[in-house]
Amino acid sequence: MINESVDKSKRQFLTTALTVVGAVGTGYLAVPFLSQMQPSVKAMAAGAPVEVDISKIEVGQLIRVAWRGKPVWVLQRSPEILATLTTLDGQLSDPQSNESSQPESSKNSARSMKPEIFVAVGLCTHLGCSPTFRPEVAPHDLGADWKGGFFCPCHGSWFDLAGRVYKGVPAPTNLEVPPYRYITDTQIIIGEEEKAA
Amino acid sequence: MKKLLSLFLLVLSVNVFASGGVELQDADVDLTDKVSLQRGAKHFVTYCLGCHSAKQIRYLRIANDLGLDEKHVLTDIAPEGAGIYDQLHSAMNKHDAEKWFGTQPPDLSLIARSRGADWLYSYLKGFYVDKTRPFGVNNAIFEDVGMPNPLWQLQGEQKPVFTNDGERRVLEKLASVGNGTQSSEEFDRTVNDLVNFLVYVGEPVQLERQQMGKYVLFYLLIFLVIAYLLKKEYWKDVH
Amino acid sequence: MNLKPTRLRMCGNWVLDRFPLAQVWNEHMAHYYAPKNFNFWYFFGSLALLVLVNQFVTGILLTMNYKPDAKLAFDSVEYIMRDVNWGWLVRYMHSTGASAFFIVIYMHMFRGLLYGSFKQPRELIWIFGMLLFVALMAEAFMGYLLPWGQMSYWGAQVIISLFSAIPVIGDDLSLWIRGDYVISDATLNRFFAFHVIAVPLVLVLLVFMHIVALHEVGSNNPDGVDIKKSKDPWGHPVEGIPFHPYYTVKDLVGVAVFLLFFATVIFYMPEMGGYFLEHANFIPADPMKTPEHIAPVWYFTPFYSILRAIPDKFAGVIGMGGSIVVLFLLPWLDRGKVKSIRYRGGIYKKALMLFVISFIALGYLGTQPVTPLATMMARVFTACYFGFFLLMPIYTRWEKLKPVPNHLTIQPTLEERIPELKALFEEVTEIKTEGEVSKRGFNPTGAKNVLIRTAKNLKESLD
Repeated sequence: MINESVDKSKRQFLTTALTVVGAVGTGYLAVPFLSQMQPSVKAMAAGAPVEVDISKIEVGQLIRVAWRGKPVWVLQRSPEILATLTTLDGQLSDPQSNESSQPESSKNSARSMKPEIFVAVGLCTHLGCSPTFRPEVAPHDLGADWKGGFFCPCHGSWFDLAGRVYKGVPAPTNLEVPPYRYITDTQIIIGEEEKAA
Repeated sequence: MKKLLSLFLLVLSVNVFASGGVELQDADVDLTDKVSLQRGAKHFVTYCLGCHSAKQIRYLRIANDLGLDEKHVLTDIAPEGAGIYDQLHSAMNKHDAEKWFGTQPPDLSLIARSRGADWLYSYLKGFYVDKTRPFGVNNAIFEDVGMPNPLWQLQGEQKPVFTNDGERRVLEKLASVGNGTQSSEEFDRTVNDLVNFLVYVGEPVQLERQQMGKYVLFYLLIFLVIAYLLKKEYWKDVH
Repeated sequence: MNLKPTRLRMCGNWVLDRFPLAQVWNEHMAHYYAPKNFNFWYFFGSLALLVLVNQFVTGILLTMNYKPDAKLAFDSVEYIMRDVNWGWLVRYMHSTGASAFFIVIYMHMFRGLLYGSFKQPRELIWIFGMLLFVALMAEAFMGYLLPWGQMSYWGAQVIISLFSAIPVIGDDLSLWIRGDYVISDATLNRFFAFHVIAVPLVLVLLVFMHIVALHEVGSNNPDGVDIKKSKDPWGHPVEGIPFHPYYTVKDLVGVAVFLLFFATVIFYMPEMGGYFLEHANFIPADPMKTPEHIAPVWYFTPFYSILRAIPDKFAGVIGMGGSIVVLFLLPWLDRGKVKSIRYRGGIYKKALMLFVISFIALGYLGTQPVTPLATMMARVFTACYFGFFLLMPIYTRWEKLKPVPNHLTIQPTLEERIPELKALFEEVTEIKTEGEVSKRGFNPTGAKNVLIRTAKNLKESLD
């Protein structure tokens, strides 16, 4: 039944052609199917920039706001805290924030645009738990070395009050500082960067 | 057989007759006419959004699809205080709505898909003076509708002309009193823009969908040709 | 370079030693011998499988964003249509796929009626197929509630109320199905569970059994001749060809044509004039207000018409259920000795034609509002529908059969008929010259001749 005079190469060529065309089509179909699992416009709407009034924050107080569903901390730091920060450099793994993620305007030792106001994403850079705020110095459970900072209860990472990570803990980098800018002296907007002057 | 066929045709004609009544006017829907859609969006916010929401669409989507920049949409079209990601929510709350209208005015996101463009066009042009109704108006397309004419200042009042058809009086046509701020042509354009916008809101993706269809069909045609050649090649074996 | 393919082959052999992949492939594809004379009607089996896969893939994606909650369902569908990336495409593929599924399945079933594919020894294939059809109807019905529009709501309300017609247990049964006194959040939630998990599992299982049963006895063909009677020295049917590659490449052509239609609907007419997506279903479900005219989606309307035609609640439900049950009984109702319509008597051909007309007419009437005339017509067609099945044991005995050939006959393919079609085109048109330009226009006398000839041929073939 099989014809001996079959043109094998034509058959092979057409099979390859159809396979290639079919694969391209399947590929194009896969794009919408996969991209429909990307964040939708609703998720983007929830990720819109958030305005925060910072005039009511007392010294030493930390407030939490949601931005893209993540907790964002806004902390008003006292001069004493700021003074302590500079003394810690030797114990930190990235004191100058060279390896860490922050906008250019916050890449300094206090990791903020204005030293007193510290803004950071409150998620540990290790595996994403939210560290607890422990401003007190040398509490009995954290030991005498504790100078005030953030402690991640999941896997025991330590951060100072500028979100900088201590040496010898699981977290690899400092806490992330989100893009933010001042609208007025008492209002910041999180999620928008300072426009390049 | 023939009898069956004629019976069948009779059923058809009966149905056509049953769906009659006041004739619908044709709306001129053109989603590529961005300027008309922009005017329609403005009209919608001005005349409809007070009571009706269109909660399935966001200002951002309108800005993108209608070729407007986001700032322009927020300052020129959206009501004050709206954000670009906001949906077109009505300012009226549920409680007030029930007090004034007895029911909540329906969301208009999909009204063009459930009613059709021609119906909307005819409905918006179909209000006439009727003192027996709570809002002083009735509608030729939607009898005893519980809604005032939002466009009456533009259109002016219309008086009904009835003819008597045996025992029932039948609405024959509407006569304009001519006290509107827009001429009849201007008003038709206003309503058409509004309907055009509502058709767009019903399915914002439709233009993109149709443009994409060409490429898909072209691809499938190529696939068909190669598949056919392959089939022919293999089936040379079969005698 | 030489090492790699050997490694790969070793890996392959490792699997093949432990799993009968090659055997399954051979048994169902490469060494499954199918008659070589399959025609147009034989595309729909593989197309049904394609649509099933489409429904699974798009359905899973929809599930990711759909919310089975009476307060959220309607908006979540619009959310998919607008805010989810490509959600509109996935949703239209699913909604169009539902209608396409029924078109394909109705064609597939009609093929069975044409060529006697339900007859001995394929009764069980038909039974599994019918079970698939019933499961598919359940799947479609429950899926239609999910968008939570007016038609979803009131359609489900009406259909579930049918169960209350059953004596004694009826009211309790419909209450149990709904989980509430009316269609409600509870109903939506359980229908969602059935639609996305329970019924799809049943469908997959039945498809498996349908195919296993088919491959046990072998495929029927348009001549209804058993190809297993004459075998070559290797034990393969002389008139059979391996399913792969011959029917795989042929079915790919069918797939391409089908997808052209499918894509046209998705991209240019997803509502299909209100038949695939009903206009009233763009209004959120309102338990306080029934739409003026409610009709089920088109694929249920023939059965819905039968329900409406019978002026008694319980009898109507029995009639509707009976219209499905008679289909199950088909292998035993048909006493004809011959499978294919090509060699059956005129009486079966006429009966089948009348049945098709009744089915389509019932389908049309089901989409229309009730009028006295329409009800009367629906009754006539309902009688025809049941007549086709219930009178079958009688009229199939009188059939004047034509002699069945011993071998498959080969009909001209579409390609071979091109000259014939060209001649036909020449006959119904004529070239008109108007000044400089000559145009091809319609030729009434030619068309009349063609019509008369067609009618004569039709009449002859019906005798």
